[in-house]
Amino acid sequence: MRSSNEHVFSRRDVLGTMAACGLSLSLPAMSAGTAAKRSVDRPKSLITLWMNGGMSQLETWDPHPGTPTGGLVKAIPTSQEGLQISEFLPQSAEQMHNVTLIRSLTSLEGDHARGAFYVKTGYRLEPTLVYPSLGAIVAHELPDPTIEIPPHVSLGGDNFFPRGGYLGNEWDAFRVFNPGRSLTNLKAGVSDSRLALRRTGLDLLSRQFAKGRPTAEKETLHQDNIQRALKMMSSEQIKAFELDDEPAAVKKAYGDSRFGRGCLIARRLAEGGVRAIEVCLNGFDTHVNNHEGQKTQADILDPAFATLITELRERDLLESTIVLCISEFGRDPRINGAGGRDHWPSWFSCVVAGGGFRAGLVVGETTGHVSEDQGKNVRLKPTDPITVPQLYATIMHAMGIGWHDEIITPIGRPIRFADGAPVGRLLNDELASTVRT
Amino acid sequence: MKPFAVVFCTVAVGALMLLVIKAGEIAPLASLPPRLESDQRIDESVLSVNQWLRKHWSDEGLEPAELADDQTVYRRLSLALHGTIPSLEEVTAFKADTSTDRIERWLLRMLDDARFSTYFADRIERVLTGVDPGQFIIFRRDRLRDWLSDQLAVDRPWHEMSADLIAADGLWTSQAASNFITAAFINGEGLDENELAGRTVRAFLGQRIDCAQCHDHPFDSWQQQDFEGLAAFYGQARVTPGGVIDRLTEQGEPAVYKIMDPGEEEGRVVEPRVPFNEEWTDIEGSRRQQLAAWVVHPDNRRFERAIANRIWGLLFGRAWYDPVDDLEHPDDEYDDVLDVIGREFRRHNGSLKFLIRTIALSDAFRLRSDVSWADEDQYAQMSQEWAVFPLVRLRPEQMIGSMYQAGRVRTTDQASHLFVRFGKLTNENDFLKEYGDATDDELLQQSGTIPQALLRMNGKFTRGFTETGAFSAAGQIMRHSGDDESVVQNCFLACLTRMPNAEERDFFVQQLQEAEQENLTAEDDTDIAAAPARSRQQVVSDMYWVLFNSPDFSWNK
Repeated sequence: MRSSNEHVFSRRDVLGTMAACGLSLSLPAMSAGTAAKRSVDRPKSLITLWMNGGMSQLETWDPHPGTPTGGLVKAIPTSQEGLQISEFLPQSAEQMHNVTLIRSLTSLEGDHARGAFYVKTGYRLEPTLVYPSLGAIVAHELPDPTIEIPPHVSLGGDNFFPRGGYLGNEWDAFRVFNPGRSLTNLKAGVSDSRLALRRTGLDLLSRQFAKGRPTAEKETLHQDNIQRALKMMSSEQIKAFELDDEPAAVKKAYGDSRFGRGCLIARRLAEGGVRAIEVCLNGFDTHVNNHEGQKTQADILDPAFATLITELRERDLLESTIVLCISEFGRDPRINGAGGRDHWPSWFSCVVAGGGFRAGLVVGETTGHVSEDQGKNVRLKPTDPITVPQLYATIMHAMGIGWHDEIITPIGRPIRFADGAPVGRLLNDELASTVRT
Repeated sequence: MKPFAVVFCTVAVGALMLLVIKAGEIAPLASLPPRLESDQRIDESVLSVNQWLRKHWSDEGLEPAELADDQTVYRRLSLALHGTIPSLEEVTAFKADTSTDRIERWLLRMLDDARFSTYFADRIERVLTGVDPGQFIIFRRDRLRDWLSDQLAVDRPWHEMSADLIAADGLWTSQAASNFITAAFINGEGLDENELAGRTVRAFLGQRIDCAQCHDHPFDSWQQQDFEGLAAFYGQARVTPGGVIDRLTEQGEPAVYKIMDPGEEEGRVVEPRVPFNEEWTDIEGSRRQQLAAWVVHPDNRRFERAIANRIWGLLFGRAWYDPVDDLEHPDDEYDDVLDVIGREFRRHNGSLKFLIRTIALSDAFRLRSDVSWADEDQYAQMSQEWAVFPLVRLRPEQMIGSMYQAGRVRTTDQASHLFVRFGKLTNENDFLKEYGDATDDELLQQSGTIPQALLRMNGKFTRGFTETGAFSAAGQIMRHSGDDESVVQNCFLACLTRMPNAEERDFFVQQLQEAEQENLTAEDDTDIAAAPARSRQQVVSDMYWVLFNSPDFSWNK
């Protein structure tokens, strides 16, 4: 609580008060408590930008122009002194002083399904146990009873959407296939009076069903789910999924693409207190004609990513929102006969911004010299490698989640949320000091 | 437009309309033949299962629920064997059959239906290879499914099917059983012997040894070396352009199977080894044939217990032992229900149809799911011990199958017109994508979710199936049933396979009458804009909506 003798209003206070009074036009309705809390006082949210198919590190965050593996892409300077990234990301280049760039992320899987599972959960695919995705863990561990819409949302995703795994399918991401266009299944499609009559009929049948089955409701949660679904349908909070009240300039800045709209909605959802949001951008699997393919995707990513970071910062939400831009693996430094790059789990890049991650940090280094026969039997390594479990433990630590907490899974095996320990140097000084070594 | 084109279009549209109209007609179902004498041999087997169950309930101090009516049992069977509720056409024919053994005869008919073999092939295929897409080209899920469906249709003994799957050589297209092997192919790494060993033990022996891949099983007696020894049986299998073969070295000798331990460059040779009863592997043949012989050996009780538990699970929606593939080692001193069922299954040459009938005709499957006398604790215990039919959520594929069927009066089966089947397939795929397909372990008990409730309430599938157009069930029932009471009854039969009780009937009949009165009023009085009147179509459509969203619809009971 702020003490009463504090007279100087910061911009943060004004924004918070405005929002609490419902004055902000662009903010979705939320409880005064949630809205008032901005900055570090707010419970944190996670926005994952999922680059589906395997984003090439070389054409994005880790270019190696002039080396045998560099391809045609050029490097450009960024807002972070001494750091260069691909020319395909000019707007993102202006944000690099705000983010942590990891160029030495490593994976164990080079297949799309297995790779996506590993990078979404931090665990390898196992036949007898489905691990929860990072987003599901975040939503599960940081509940907010004032939120009437799903706490875990996937925007524009298709295959490999984030699942609840052993936490239960109620923690699966709520999927919106075409963000900003239609709210799938959230509109009744009949008048309120007809809906009321339908509910009366449904109550009658539910009562009959419960007769002689004393555990029916507790066991099935059928009525409970319907009540909660109805509550969601009539909630003001679902406006966070709509873009009607966003200024045209803002929409344009994100880009008029499924992904751009998804990123804008992700910002609105995080603002409204939704805990974990994934926005998916498809089309990175460039086995053929990698240069053009990655450029097409980067053109979509660049404005959306840069605008998202800018907006979060301007709205004082960046300290309470982690933005993670990641892919299931990287792409082979060697260019194949079709001008494409194949799968490459040995190293790839990801960007993490906000939420206590150290701004302007670059971790790891990769080589631009990989010969044809390298990496066949022994997997190559980047310098200063960071594993996916380490990264997720760090994110969980930053969000105040016990990464080492064990859950007894349905097969009776206790399992930790993250199979690695947090890496303190990825975090700002304050958070880094709380990492146990 | 040219005259020819006009004529062509008219004829084409006309032909299509005829097809549509024909698809909507109700043809009477042929009456069923009486049971053959050979079919009646099951009675003895069912009796032995029932004796076990009755003793079990009495030992637990439980009074089982009463027997359910035949229509309820018929619905359960249709959901389990065809993945859908019965059509109004079928329910009507079933109701008209008044013989005392109608469940037995209708069960035989369902097992002979192509819907059974295709639906069950899907279920078994999922157990064998999971839901991961696998490597396309060399893994042909469709071929494997077709092969399983053919085997099920002719009731090929389960031990023969299992042996084929484990030991098949050849191409994934022509020798479709070999897809069990190629499903475990990883690009750049070749066949995953560990995956195959784990799947073999889970699918055919109902046990999980996967964790023994890295360490000894925490609760059971599986050791890490058991796992490695089993994986070694797959150590010679190789995928070549000519299909799956067992590999030889350049000298023509069988290849050795090596495991690379962390930090080791050389690799450690591991010989094939089974964890018990090594003598069962003692046959001439490849390593995989030896493994198959061991798995299906007549004295390997795990084999029959595993399939008994699996089929029990598919019929009830919940396995006798849950999880379905984590059975304890068999007890030499004590026969549980799986031993009793498994023994009958062996005696009848591993016939899956016989196994299904044994379980489906047992008392456990025929009990009611409600009891008048039990409180919450008693009911929970009864459910636990199968003294009452358990409430189980329909799996996603059963859900869409049922919605699709309830939306049509006629049976949508293999004999349907192509466009009806095509429509069904597209709808199913779209629905499964949104409703969330079950994973490998489709018998895992999960509660429903809010997105699922939203999809049922507001999704395009519900909207489509509750419309009262000329060809939808709701529309046809409304137009052709006769009086209001019959409309309500037929809607209940089409969606829930049961008649409405008095309270339900009165509720909906009253709504239909009110709608009519309001329509009459509308003609007399022009000033009705303020009244939120519903048309008769809307009342029927809303009734269908209620039925689709009721717990009766989405829970097997």
